[in-house]
Amino acid sequence: MIHLQSCDIAVIGAGAAGLAAAAETAAAGRSTIVIDREELPGGILRQCIHNGFGLTYFKEELTGPEYACRITGLARQAGAELRLGCAVISAVRNADGTFELTLLSAADGVTKLTARALILAMGCRERNRGNLAIPGTRPAGIYTAGAAQKLLNLEGVLPGRRAVIVGSGDIGLIMARRFRWSGIEVEAVIEIMRHPSGLPRNIAQCLNDFGIPLHLEHSVIEIGGRERVEYVDVAPLSDGVPQLERKFRILCDTVLFSVGLIPENELSAELGVELNPATGGAVVDCDCQTSVPGVFAGGNVLHVHDLVDFVSAEAAAAGRAALRYLDGQPAAAKNPVRAGANLKYAIPNYFSPARTTEFSFRPLILSNDATLTAELNGETVWKRRLRHIRPAEMLKAQLPGDLLQQDGELVFNLIQEEVQHA
Amino acid sequence: MLEKHLICISCPIGCELSAGRESDDSTWKITGNRCPRGEAYALAELTDPRRVVTAVVRSNSPVQPLLPVRTDQPLPKRFIDRLLNHLYTLTVKTPVKCGDVLIDNVENSGVRVIFSCDCEK
Amino acid sequence: MFTYDVAVIGAGVSGASTAYQLGHYHVSAILLEKCADVGFGVSKANSGIIHGGFHHPVSSLKAKLEIRGNFMFDKLQYELDFPFRRNGILVVAFSEEEMATVRKLYEQGVANGVRNLEMCGRDRLLRLEPKLNAEVIGGFFAPSGGTIEPYRYVFSLVEAAVRNGVNLHCDFKVEQCENDGEAWLLTAADGRRVRARYVVNAAGLYADEISRLSGAEEFTIHARKGEEYLLDRNSKARPERVIFPVPTKHSKGVLVIPTAEGTTMIGPTADPADDKEDTSTSSDHMARIVALVRQMVDGISVRDVITSFAGLRPVLDSEDFYIAPSEKVPRFIQVAGIQSPGLTASPAIGEYVKDLLKESGLTLTEKKDYQYDLPRHREVRHESLEALDRLHAENPAWTHLVCRCEKISEAEIVEAVRKGHRTLDGVKFYTRAGMGRCQGGFCSARIMQIISRESGIPLEELTKKGGDSRLLAGRLGELPVQTEMEAGK
Repeated sequence: MIHLQSCDIAVIGAGAAGLAAAAETAAAGRSTIVIDREELPGGILRQCIHNGFGLTYFKEELTGPEYACRITGLARQAGAELRLGCAVISAVRNADGTFELTLLSAADGVTKLTARALILAMGCRERNRGNLAIPGTRPAGIYTAGAAQKLLNLEGVLPGRRAVIVGSGDIGLIMARRFRWSGIEVEAVIEIMRHPSGLPRNIAQCLNDFGIPLHLEHSVIEIGGRERVEYVDVAPLSDGVPQLERKFRILCDTVLFSVGLIPENELSAELGVELNPATGGAVVDCDCQTSVPGVFAGGNVLHVHDLVDFVSAEAAAAGRAALRYLDGQPAAAKNPVRAGANLKYAIPNYFSPARTTEFSFRPLILSNDATLTAELNGETVWKRRLRHIRPAEMLKAQLPGDLLQQDGELVFNLIQEEVQHA
Repeated sequence: MLEKHLICISCPIGCELSAGRESDDSTWKITGNRCPRGEAYALAELTDPRRVVTAVVRSNSPVQPLLPVRTDQPLPKRFIDRLLNHLYTLTVKTPVKCGDVLIDNVENSGVRVIFSCDCEK
Repeated sequence: MFTYDVAVIGAGVSGASTAYQLGHYHVSAILLEKCADVGFGVSKANSGIIHGGFHHPVSSLKAKLEIRGNFMFDKLQYELDFPFRRNGILVVAFSEEEMATVRKLYEQGVANGVRNLEMCGRDRLLRLEPKLNAEVIGGFFAPSGGTIEPYRYVFSLVEAAVRNGVNLHCDFKVEQCENDGEAWLLTAADGRRVRARYVVNAAGLYADEISRLSGAEEFTIHARKGEEYLLDRNSKARPERVIFPVPTKHSKGVLVIPTAEGTTMIGPTADPADDKEDTSTSSDHMARIVALVRQMVDGISVRDVITSFAGLRPVLDSEDFYIAPSEKVPRFIQVAGIQSPGLTASPAIGEYVKDLLKESGLTLTEKKDYQYDLPRHREVRHESLEALDRLHAENPAWTHLVCRCEKISEAEIVEAVRKGHRTLDGVKFYTRAGMGRCQGGFCSARIMQIISRESGIPLEELTKKGGDSRLLAGRLGELPVQTEMEAGK
């Protein structure tokens, strides 16, 4: 028998985002169901056994599993129902504005769940070798950093003995240390950019601590090996072009890719949610509401964050906005927000007059002295000088509502006072 | 004048710290830190470097065959290898709770190894 | 020692199709494959096109078999249940010069006896395929062309053969092939031996080596590499029909292929390869291929690429198929040079080889109790919710999704393992688990666990594709942690 069920709010994803959102909505008395494919809650946090999480959201330094326990506890205590081991195979908006999710699980078979509002918290997936079309053979031993992390930390098996890590994103750096702490050699980390993509502290404690070389402005030009990886060929880049005459070979049996994350928005697309090419996530207003009324998004499904604390905070805000939506409050106004000079994107994509709003940005430059400005209809209404800007680090700025009194277009610019190329 | 450069690992900002001193016996002066934790980190790093160690141990749980553990405070670096090699030989019995102590006093350093997740069965 | 009537060397499309044919008769046959699974050589990595019978003149053996093979696919699909669609082929021209070639191809197709070929003007083409670039000036439509999942087709042929009494040995790399006057004695690299009166040499890229080992004809198989790029199934550029440019001398050109399983593939290239194991891809090709196909369908984007791979075509100097009894040694059938359109021709190749065996003296009596239809593949992605609900009642693993991108359930993976697919790639090609946009990033660990659980092979001994392609290096704790040296550096 196909089960039929309904709730006020369905949250897709029981990670740092979904559980934070559910804690908010359930605490307010709205029936909330959180759905996740895994058997245990916490999402990717469960395999991130290292510390460094929670300093802002829980005011305490936690490991990933500890953060997962805390945030799961918050959601459960608030009364959210966790539906685990359960996949959402389709999501549609009904004519009456409610949503119908089709769920598959070993426990319950097929369930049709009707919800009055949806919170998208599916997180992201890793870019992989195929997305980059890295040339070479297709032997065993090529993993994304997250897949290797899962094998080591959740299965207790060694993905290889001697690795090269492609990309200096945080997961890759963390895996460099995890590998060394598991007895696996790490020959090098290869990064195409001039500057590392991960946080400085991870360069320090995950690479420098172990003497692992970081080759900036280098790219892997070939993966070799028939059955198992045998080597990678690496070349320095000059204006993005590999200098083949300076290529060198690194012997290894494992290649890890840590080359960025892609928000998982296949269900969002099915719902008709408008997506933003700059983030890979939904276009949202200052309530994290997407282009489809009643569908909210928060965390890495919206845009890729550096810190899990911000993921939870953003999704919790989405949860509170979903409550207001169910209370019948009108949607926030949609005045366009645009990322101007030196910014890859600005989130949310719309502002609402008089609403105090926290914006998130991804800078395109590295600078130790720049000014972030906000222009409303061409007039600068806000600015702040920033001393530490890295493309790897998200910028945040809260604009008080009294500065945003009129309708119109809000443009953010990041103006360099001094440029530094690392 | 001796100078050393460090990156602070106390929080995600990662301040670039400089430590300088006049001679081998004088005290280090730390600059570049934005908060007192930076200074404390640098001084410790120069004299007695320590790290929080995180790892997994095997368990008899059918649901979570590996359980995450961590030290409750930074452990002197020289003990890290021995601790990890020991942890990988263990198989622990469940249930355990976050914060339960697995090893009480690693190498007499006063550092404990605690579980960093709940496992009911 | 048991003596088989026939040993078929190579479980690619040609060998599998031959084995499938032999399954219909009272003969003892064995299929020998050097890889860990069937179809893992040339057959695994190609464009998956069922061609329309117009590319080659009917004087060639390949055209005859292509046209006959094309006809045979509907019945085969009905019987064997593999993904195949006759979604039609469009050959498109963007200049008058290209139109001239299009007309020649059309006329060749008509002369070859292909039915329903239709010359099309621009408007007709754009109606048949709205994703085409509007600058197209003309072309023709071959409705009998289509797409197939080639590895699934091989799996099905072999399953049907095995179900009807044909034996299968994988990981059997023939290293010796001796004729003792009555029969052939085939010895594998690991020492296993098989004796058979007749040998069919369908060894693909290595058909020349097998021929040499057997003292039969000397010839050389050259490898011609083709790189393909797979696009996300959500790519907006996915066309409805297979789109061909006008061909060049050595290849049918770079195509846009809406695969039978809902993804889009672009390729292949055609470059000589020195090494028969060199299935590496190169970086300059992606840009080139994307540029080429964008001339036909401009919505194709590099951002949609989820993976790339390369395959090797076995090519003879004659460029034609070489399917004939050896003139030097007895009871030895050569099936060599099976490059494009080998997949299309393969049902007819199997039949042709069967006839050659008969002409060479093998007695073939048809079985009265031939087991026709294979059990239907049940796949979560194709089932209705009601059917899924019923499947769940039978076995909850049906509603436990393991591969989220392609919607593959645990039950499908278990079935693949139980059918003998015990490598990660074997399970992937059998079920599609790991073929989607995350390329196994999320599900590989889970799939490995299931293979290990169902097969009894320890996790750390599982391979990607057999041989030394170990996925893991051991268990945590087996390598000593020694970091203090580095810390001091």
